[in-house]
Amino acid sequence: MVIDIAFWALGLVAVLSGAAVFYVDSMARATYALALSFVAVGLQVLFLQQNYVGVVTILMMVMEMAVMAVYMVMFMGMNPALMPMSMVHGNRTAVVVAVTTFLVLAAGILMVDWPARRGSPPADVTMALGESLMGPKMLVMAVVSPVMVATIVAGVVLAARRTRYDRFGDDLSRRPADDPQPGGVGR
Amino acid sequence: MADPMAMPGPGSPTMEVAPAWAVAAVALLGALVVVAALLDGILASRASGGPGRTMSGLARPFGEAARLMRQRRRTTVQADTVLWRIGGAGLLVTAALMVTVVPLGDWTVFDLDVGVMWFNAMDVMVWALVWLAGWGANSAHALVGGYRFLAHGLGYELPLMFALVAPAIAAESLNVGRVAAAQEGLWFVVWMPVAFLVYLLGVAAFSVWGPFAPALGSDVAGGVRAELSGVDRLLFETGRYALLAAGAAFAVPMFLGGGAGPLLPGWAWVLVKTLAVLTVLVWLRRRLPAFRPDTFMEVGWMVLLPAVLVQDLLVAVIAVWRS
Repeated sequence: MVIDIAFWALGLVAVLSGAAVFYVDSMARATYALALSFVAVGLQVLFLQQNYVGVVTILMMVMEMAVMAVYMVMFMGMNPALMPMSMVHGNRTAVVVAVTTFLVLAAGILMVDWPARRGSPPADVTMALGESLMGPKMLVMAVVSPVMVATIVAGVVLAARRTRYDRFGDDLSRRPADDPQPGGVGR
Repeated sequence: MADPMAMPGPGSPTMEVAPAWAVAAVALLGALVVVAALLDGILASRASGGPGRTMSGLARPFGEAARLMRQRRRTTVQADTVLWRIGGAGLLVTAALMVTVVPLGDWTVFDLDVGVMWFNAMDVMVWALVWLAGWGANSAHALVGGYRFLAHGLGYELPLMFALVAPAIAAESLNVGRVAAAQEGLWFVVWMPVAFLVYLLGVAAFSVWGPFAPALGSDVAGGVRAELSGVDRLLFETGRYALLAAGAAFAVPMFLGGGAGPLLPGWAWVLVKTLAVLTVLVWLRRRLPAFRPDTFMEVGWMVLLPAVLVQDLLVAVIAVWRS
């Protein structure tokens, strides 16, 4: 009983703080309303006994929102991020898309024949989830992650305006490098 | 609905106590905060020189607390009060949540099977809280302080995470009690010293302590706490000491063998070791130069991260070879 109430209360917090993201007029409040929403979802996941997944959700999402606070000042010109501003744009389209999506998903939930449980959950549900998600595709997953990292690094390298010739001079012999922002290890 | 949070199951080396004992855990954390503040007061007095300074150093934290409790609260124009208060008071709450997974000898308040991750998630909360404390006042200096902390965070967090990975690999568990129990005979600090040092650096960092204090630097008028006054400031400072104490307490089951030791019972050894680590951390405050926020990230990613990754690799190879 108490557990049910706690679970649904967390769900309510998640939905309401998710809605608050669009209602508040400050970037900081929107960012951390979203963080609160994710923390509530992470706690709900603990109720499904997926402890690892729940705690990692909290960890990643709070960190992500903190990093977002860095980017919002770095990349938003004139720093509107520091002033009160509306969190919505394209209202009419957004409302239509949101309501349609909600109706389709709700209809799906109500109309699908949900299967009855066969057997009982295993002792370690996190491991069972991992195996059913990744089990036969582990090789693909293991290959995809270095490819993704390589893509990110290559993307940053291609996007960067400065090359090694800007840093080290035309014959790559200038030491230390000429950087607008010097690093901490004196390369 | 199933019971939330399946516990580590049979054979867990620690025993979960009744939830009401959480009050005792918080009281113990409070006692550690007082000890750390006293120690810092004495060190501060000695640094300022002159005879008979130890006594005034002992009185310093209590005097400061009394002064702050009577101080009138400063207000700023268009402050984001909700986020400001959350940021200022949250550090203490986070520290209390950290110590719930630390076993005191055989007892633990919250015997979570992924306790190491729990600690990690809580130390990431500090990112949000310190920045919010800097943001809320609507003051340029405080916001600069908040961003200084995040700049440090980008440098210290990943090395800290990978430092926590090493004991977990060796113990083959994320349960803090099991990590402590896996050190029978040989403490992890002996064969993973790099991870231990990086962990201590991480503790100083998420407590905004010593070399990581530029976020509170006097060159930006006190940084994050520039506009914090009265009880708010007291809570923020207490929170920093509490994070330092919680980090010291967590080092004991992770690296220092938990409650292992001769003569004394397990809980006493945990406290002794916690106090020892805490003393070192407080002492280091005046011994290390500040890490500049703008250059520390390269130190973190070019020096600390590779060092701790090599440490993890060695630990993993040894763990595979042993099994």
